Amino acid sequence: MSKSNIYKFGIVVFPGSNCDHDCYHAIKHVLRQECEFLWHHETDVGQFDCIVLPGGFSYGDYLRTGSIASLSPIMKSVEKFAQSGRPVIGICNGFQVLVESGLLPGALITNSSLKFVCKWVNIRVESTKNLFTENMKVGDTLEIPIAHGEGNYFCSPDELKALNENSQIVFKYCADNGDVTPESNPNGSIENIAGITNKEGNVLGMMPHPERCAEEILNGTQGRLIFESIISWLNLNNKQKDRA
Amino acid sequence: MKEFKVKVEVKLKPVVLDPQGKTVLTALHNLGYEKVEDARIGKLIELKITDEDAGKVKERVNDMCMKLLSNPVIEDFVVNVEE
Repeated sequence: MSKSNIYKFGIVVFPGSNCDHDCYHAIKHVLRQECEFLWHHETDVGQFDCIVLPGGFSYGDYLRTGSIASLSPIMKSVEKFAQSGRPVIGICNGFQVLVESGLLPGALITNSSLKFVCKWVNIRVESTKNLFTENMKVGDTLEIPIAHGEGNYFCSPDELKALNENSQIVFKYCADNGDVTPESNPNGSIENIAGITNKEGNVLGMMPHPERCAEEILNGTQGRLIFESIISWLNLNNKQKDRA
Repeated sequence: MKEFKVKVEVKLKPVVLDPQGKTVLTALHNLGYEKVEDARIGKLIELKITDEDAGKVKERVNDMCMKLLSNPVIEDFVVNVEE
């Protein structure tokens, strides 16, 4: 039987983050991992196993969503952490921070409806060439909540081609039956994109909130799959390190 | 050292959909201004900078635009320096 260690998750807190405590609860109390808040002035995150950039409205969304937070002191060390191959997950505003920082390509612009959209959606797993879908298969669907005004993913045709070629598109908005349709696109994102990774597959940005559907009382548990995949990968990675 | 007034215009690239502009366009049509064909909304950023000469100021502000004031993925910018 494979044994799972306890891993140390760091949740970055910017002024205006508001899903930090939800993430903390899901990771600490549901998944039983170690978890710490990291104020954005921190400059060393090297001792963690996974970094989470939570949702919210960092710096009041001034200038562009995520733009000011992407220049926070902590982001240099998050970049270094990402380069070391360890998992970084940005959820909602965290995704916006990741694209603004250049850790992920593209940009997130105002929803095509101009409205803040807060509802449950379905997303389809498009790629498993990353460490966040370790416990899933291509074609699996997850029911998961979204809540954003700027989740409309945009990138140049060249970038889109590269995303497709490198299997960096991880989640797409889809209908109940898993079909990726224009009607199931809640914000106007190119190709219904709900989440992407970097080329290496260790940095994930996604607009939907897995921490908001990680236990029964929240009417959904499929968000757990993403956190559990990270833990599975950490287990695997640890085992390989032990052998080496 | 001189004081410069700098205006930075930040606009969404033509290929990027501007839902805010589209909505304003519809509102203008509703007001009876049917001849308006398009509306795009951008930002105007005004800076006060003390520096040696206009060339240096322009260079620095261009840099600021690439790093923070605009997002080159979706936006274009124009820098205008006045003494």
